[in-house]
Amino acid sequence: MLKSALSQLQTIWTILQHSFTRSETVQYPEQKPYLAPRYRGRIVLTNDPDGEERCVACNLCAVACPVDCIALQQGVKEDGRWYPEFFRINFSRCILCGMCEEACPTNAIQLTPDFEMCEYDRQNMVYEKEHLQIDGTGKYHDYNFYRVAGLAIAGKDKGAARNEAEPVDVRSLLP
Amino acid sequence: MAEPGLGTLGTIAFGIAIIAAAVGGAAVLTWFERRLLGIWQDRHGPNRLGPFGVLQVVADMLKLLTKHDWVPPFADRAVFVFAPTAIVVAMLLGFAVVPFGPDLYVLDLNIGLLFFLGMTSLAVYSVLLGGLASNNKYALLGGLRSAAQMVSYEVFMGLSLMGVVMLAGSFSLRDIVEAQRELWFCIPQFLGLLTFTVAGIAESHRLPFDLPEAEHELTAGFHTEYGGMKFAMFMLGEYLGLILISAMIVTLFFGGWLGPWLPPVVWFGLKVFALICFFILLRAAIPRPRYDQLMTLGWKVMLPLTLLNLMATGALALWWRA
Ligand code: SF4
Ligand code: SF4
Repeated sequence: MLKSALSQLQTIWTILQHSFTRSETVQYPEQKPYLAPRYRGRIVLTNDPDGEERCVACNLCAVACPVDCIALQQGVKEDGRWYPEFFRINFSRCILCGMCEEACPTNAIQLTPDFEMCEYDRQNMVYEKEHLQIDGTGKYHDYNFYRVAGLAIAGKDKGAARNEAEPVDVRSLLP
Repeated sequence: MAEPGLGTLGTIAFGIAIIAAAVGGAAVLTWFERRLLGIWQDRHGPNRLGPFGVLQVVADMLKLLTKHDWVPPFADRAVFVFAPTAIVVAMLLGFAVVPFGPDLYVLDLNIGLLFFLGMTSLAVYSVLLGGLASNNKYALLGGLRSAAQMVSYEVFMGLSLMGVVMLAGSFSLRDIVEAQRELWFCIPQFLGLLTFTVAGIAESHRLPFDLPEAEHELTAGFHTEYGGMKFAMFMLGEYLGLILISAMIVTLFFGGWLGPWLPPVVWFGLKVFALICFFILLRAAIPRPRYDQLMTLGWKVMLPLTLLNLMATGALALWWRA
C-alpha cells in the first residue's frame, strides 16, 4: 500500500521533471524533417548521362506494382530505341512501396524524398509522363542501359557495348 | 445570513462578475490544460492560433456552437436536455460561498461549507441523469460508475472537512479563513487535505478518477450521446468543478486570501492557479484505476484515514482547550 503510494509520488516527480525537457515535436510546415536520399516519395522518370530517356517501356514496373497504378504504352524511335509513348502513374493509388524502382532494369523510375503532393481534385493525382520526366540522372549518375545492353541502336552495333564480345558468325566454320 | 460585504447592488454585480470569470476561466483552462499536458509529455499542445495558441479556445467554441444540436430519438428528451444544465448551475452556485477576499464574496452563509458540499453533490445527478437518459449501454455504464463512485467518496469527502470545522469552530468559510491567520490548516489537517484532494478529484471527474467517462473503455461514458453545446456544457461543468475544488482547497487548507504584501484577491488567485496546475500534473502522471480499486481505496483506505484524522483532531482539540 505504502509502496504503491510512493510509486505514484515518484511518477508525479518524474513527470514534473519533464517540464524542463525539450519537446520532441517537429513543427512540420515551418520545420522540415530531414529525409534521406533513399526516402520513398514522389516518383520520377530520369534520363541517362547522355541526356536520353532511360525508360525502355519494358513494363516490368507495371507488372511489379502491387496496386497496378502504372500504365504505359511502348513505342520505337527511328534509331531503334524503345520508349514509352505515354507513362501514367496514378498517385492516388500508389502506396510508395518502391517495387517499381526495384524492378526497373534501366534505373529509369526512381522514388524521391518529396511527399507533399496534396491536391484538391483527385484527378490531379494522376501524373502523366511530362509530370514525371526530369532532366537529370536521379540517384544513379553513370548508368546507361544501352551502353551495357546487347540491343543494336543507331550509333552502336551488336558487340559494341561494354564487356560485350563480338557477335559469333554462325555461318563460319572457323573456331 | 451575515451582512453582504459589498451591499446589495455590489453583490449582484460581483456575482455576475464571478460567473463571467469562472466561465471564461474554464474556457481558457481547456487550452491551458492542453498546453501544460503537452509540456509534460514532451510535445507542444495547441500552439497555432494566436499568441501561444490561446485563440484555440475561440476556435473550439465556434466549432461547438455551430454543431448540429442533436437529441437521439431513443433518448429521454426532457432529462437529456436538462442533465448538462444541472452540472453547470450546481457548480456555479458552489462559487457563491467562496470568499475571494475579506469582503469579496456573494454569500456568507453560516453553513457555507455544507452548501458547497450539497452543490457539488448535486452535480453528480447531472452525470447520472445524462447517462440514464441517453439510453445507451456505454452511457448507462458511465452513469452506474458515477453512482458507485459517488457512494464511495461522498462519505469521506464530508468527513474529511470536519477536522477543519473543528479547528475553526465554524461552518462559515470566511471564519475558516480567518482562523488560519496563525497557521494554515494544511499542516495540522494534513490527512484531511490528502483525503479531501482525492475526494475532490473524484468529485470533479478528473483523470485519475474519470471512470464515468473513461474514453478508453466506455467510448465517452455518460456523454457518449452528447454533442455540440450540450457536450460543451458537460465540459464546462467539469472545468468549473476543477476551479471550484481548487478554490475550496485553497480556502479550507491554504489560508484562502491570506498572504503578505499582495492584495488578498491576487493571493487567492495565485493559490488557486497553483493548485489547478497540480491537478493537471496529476492528470498527466497518474493512470486511471479500475473502479473496484477506486471503491476499495475509498472505503478501506480513505474512510479509515478520515476517521482517524477526525478522532485525533477531536482529542487534541479537547485536550488543548482543557
Ligand atoms: S511505388 Fe509501389 S505502388 Fe507506387 S508505382 Fe511503384 S510499385 Fe506501384
Ligand atoms: S520505368 Fe523501368 S521498368 Fe518501367 S517500363 Fe520504363 S524501363 Fe521498364
